[in-house]
Amino acid sequence: MASDFTSDDLARVAALARVALTGDEPQLFARQLAAFLETTRAVREIDAADVPPTSHPLGASAPLRDDDVRASLSRDAALGAAPDADLRAGLFKVPRVIG
Amino acid sequence: MAELDSIQAITEAIRTRRTSAVEICRDACARIARLDGRVGAFLAQARESALERAAALDARPADWDRLPLLGVPVALKDNICTRGMPTTAGSRMLEGYDPPYDATAVERLLAAGAVPVGKTNCDEFAMGSSTENSAFGPTRNPWAPDRTPGGSSGGSAAAVAARMVPLALGSDTGGSIRQPAALCGVVGIKPTYGRVSRFGLIAFASSLDTIGPLATNVAGAAAALRTIAGPDPRDATSLPGAPPAFGAALAGGVEGLRIGVPRGVLTSGVDADVLEAFGRAIATIEAAGARILDVTLPHNEHAVPVYYLVATAEASSNLSRYDGVRYGFRAGADTLSGMYDVTRDRGFGAEVKRRILLGTYVLSAGYYDAYYRKAQQVRTLIRRDYEAAFEAVDLIAMPTSPTAAFPLGERVADPLRMYLSDVFTVGISLAGLPAISVPCGLTPARLPVGLQLAARPFDELTMIRAAAAYERLAPFAERPPAASS
Repeated sequence: MASDFTSDDLARVAALARVALTGDEPQLFARQLAAFLETTRAVREIDAADVPPTSHPLGASAPLRDDDVRASLSRDAALGAAPDADLRAGLFKVPRVIG
Repeated sequence: MAELDSIQAITEAIRTRRTSAVEICRDACARIARLDGRVGAFLAQARESALERAAALDARPADWDRLPLLGVPVALKDNICTRGMPTTAGSRMLEGYDPPYDATAVERLLAAGAVPVGKTNCDEFAMGSSTENSAFGPTRNPWAPDRTPGGSSGGSAAAVAARMVPLALGSDTGGSIRQPAALCGVVGIKPTYGRVSRFGLIAFASSLDTIGPLATNVAGAAAALRTIAGPDPRDATSLPGAPPAFGAALAGGVEGLRIGVPRGVLTSGVDADVLEAFGRAIATIEAAGARILDVTLPHNEHAVPVYYLVATAEASSNLSRYDGVRYGFRAGADTLSGMYDVTRDRGFGAEVKRRILLGTYVLSAGYYDAYYRKAQQVRTLIRRDYEAAFEAVDLIAMPTSPTAAFPLGERVADPLRMYLSDVFTVGISLAGLPAISVPCGLTPARLPVGLQLAARPFDELTMIRAAAAYERLAPFAERPPAASS
């Protein structure tokens, strides 16, 4: 069981989360996350093998709506807030992916 | 026009033509202009559109009777989407973002005659308990400018406390309406999970997020909740069933109500001044005819770590959408993956990064069962504690926050200490219950204390009834220094 959170763990999750870390963040965050995880020790030690997990606090399931076609945001409005877009072609633009 | 500081007084004064929506709007904008330099509650103001909207209301007296929030100036937390007003969620990531739609809660306020006057400061993506995590600077508590207003809806609470507006919307994931309401001496309601549509609320933790009102009194908060509540086809988590009219409950008393006090969770880490104010409030309610009973919440000691495991896991998923592609901030880079990494480094502040990293860790292969799944299981135990307690009582009373407003800078570098601000609010959030914070006096240092009343799912009515009765029994007539200048 994980309890010792290391700077290697931090580097791994930063890569998974796609967050570059700069300055003193790697050391600071590794220390702070390790300290928080230590406070979860009592939670991890609870015997809850027979307890179902709660993902919805009131146990409700998502209702289904009728499968009707309805209006949604226009393409121009959706593209309008993008940092870079080609409105005519209807595309979000990003740095080149393939050469 | 300082006497018109409640929703009831404003709507009544407009209907009887003692004033107009435009006058009320001008007055609110003037107070914001005069006071907000010292408070910092607002990130954006909308004076022109507000005055236009107010003039349109004045021009249609035939509609007035069906507008419960006729001419009421309202401030909106900046993680609630508004067309025509920027929406940043307190983050550089969304600086300058202008949503192409209004949140459902905003649409419903507009349809009820409310007049949005601006967007309020908050912790970045609602992650924090002091509003210090905003990328645009802190908000100051109107009661003491060297202290925080609480958070994350600190701007909304401060704007109402300073009487810049009589009503604001906030969001509450683990206490973000109730705690700042308590620290600023105003009323705040976290509705039952699913009671109010989250369409247009910038997502933080989807199994916990709620939108609710902050107001100068219980009746105002209840009127606003009634307006924004109810199912919405655009939010699949909004639950069916129209909300009851809370009006009748406002006149009810506490006689015969059974109110549980979980003495076991009040034993450590609570300021003596807070406990004293809470004790006086309970004695007042008991003297008015309520029965005060002991209840136990055996798993509440785990509520803070469980909350931060669940909420960060959900946040790491929700915030993956900020990738510099579709909207918001983008940092320049030569490659697509480099653009993601640098955009998210520069766009997010420290607390948001910490939570994304933590949430990613507890969901990652090899750690999921030990952390995330276990937290969800203990969440079940916390929920069952409340279910068991509510078999014997109608409401559960606790202080809203273990301390009154704390100094700016005191906790912001120590996340664990900041997280403990939430010890009385996160359990209720994990259980999906409704709760209200109502002012219950001042500490000797003249800082407000909040009384929190939690109810069974969907029983906002009983909680509003008790809070309104308490408000009559112990009127909170004090005003912060910032409101009287």
